[in-house]
Amino acid sequence: MIRVVLPAHLRTLARVDGEVKIEVAAPATLGTVLDALEAAYPMLRGTIRDHTTMKRRPFLRFFACEQDLSHEPPETRLPEAVETGAEPFLVVGAMAGG
Amino acid sequence: MSKVRVLVGTRKGAFVLTSDGKRERWDVSGPHFGGWEIYHLKGSPADPDRLYASQSSGWFGQVIQRSHDGGKTWESVGNKFLYEGATGTHQWYDGTPHPWEFARVWHLEPSLTDPDIVYAGVEDAALFRSTDGGQTWLELPGLRTHPSASSWQPGAGGMCLHTILLDPGNPRRIFVAISAAGAFRSDDAGQTWRPINRGLTSESIPNPTAEVGHCVHRIAMHRSRPGVLFMQKHWDVMRSDDAGESWREVSGNLPTDFGFPIDVHAHEPETIYVVPIKSDSEHYPPDSRLRVYRSRTGGNEWEPLTRGLPQTHCYVNVLRDAMSVDSLEPCGVYFGTTGGQVYASSDAGDSWTPIVRDLPAVASVEVQTLS
Repeated sequence: MIRVVLPAHLRTLARVDGEVKIEVAAPATLGTVLDALEAAYPMLRGTIRDHTTMKRRPFLRFFACEQDLSHEPPETRLPEAVETGAEPFLVVGAMAGG
Repeated sequence: MSKVRVLVGTRKGAFVLTSDGKRERWDVSGPHFGGWEIYHLKGSPADPDRLYASQSSGWFGQVIQRSHDGGKTWESVGNKFLYEGATGTHQWYDGTPHPWEFARVWHLEPSLTDPDIVYAGVEDAALFRSTDGGQTWLELPGLRTHPSASSWQPGAGGMCLHTILLDPGNPRRIFVAISAAGAFRSDDAGQTWRPINRGLTSESIPNPTAEVGHCVHRIAMHRSRPGVLFMQKHWDVMRSDDAGESWREVSGNLPTDFGFPIDVHAHEPETIYVVPIKSDSEHYPPDSRLRVYRSRTGGNEWEPLTRGLPQTHCYVNVLRDAMSVDSLEPCGVYFGTTGGQVYASSDAGDSWTPIVRDLPAVASVEVQTLS
């Protein structure tokens, strides 16, 4: 079970409070976690990754265990602490306000 | 008893204002989708409780929302806007080629007859259509692949398709306008298009009377006379009496002919409204006085409407989609400002009152008259 923390606006869009919990087969990678997240919450499609290229939207970042995974390829395996649910995978909006 | 519902899109959410037919007291609900830019929301003429909203964000991209109950509750629907086939390039601001990239939906235009059919005008300019209530979207690529498309260029707000007019007398005829390409018409339900810009003059393009390249800000029609079109261009207010085949200037005695919105009185097809703005870089009213100008002669002769509007130190703008009319008697006229006010007139423009005054910057105002 993977814990995912979404930005507030995406929690509202997905109609969830707090963390999202999703099942992902091991080994969990950046790509499989995002795939599972979008499968469970289809309204998030296109809001984190581009529909076609599947690239991260430029004003979003991916963090886990105090590491910046934003620029890692989708097959990157997530830290063990994220796979076990001890630590969350974070989708974070860029610092810019607006 | 009639009711009026005003749908307001702002830079930080959507608001729904309702009143009875007297239009004296207004209930304000919202913000819906707080924190998101709502470029436009509009109701279906065939089912007024069916609403569509364009919700977007620089962080999270495009979302489309749909309501079945007049805006009380909403559900997100499809947001996959994929250009059909190769996308090619358009001109960038400096004239260099720039690839076509989807940015956002500027305008949603529900079908006049089917609440599940809705058109979307997007940036970079293209026209999409959904026939399943917004769940899926398909481009009508004949517009974007017009031979002139490589010469289109963005206006200051981006290269947006911002105006969609469906001809109530001819279901196969559609008018659109693009900044900065101009106006286009389809007579085959959106399959093929041709520019309809003869008579327009724009000094900021190499050939001022070129077939395309004009920064058309808005087009309006009265549904009883779909062949008569009124246009607010970057500069110049224009009129066509032949469905866009030719245009003539009707700026007349306006203090400035720059502006964004233009609209037509619900019961008087020759009565039109504009909001003059000082210039293309000074986006506020001339002399810092907010004045709507009304012509009862289809242009050329204009009268300022000032009662109830700020006449000192006013530096707001009124954006292209931020004016609308109701169909009560007398006709109500509404517009929103970048200062967050929505002004309403229940006497066809003679006097105005702010029905809400401290919203985020208003991008769009649509009015529904409900029985």
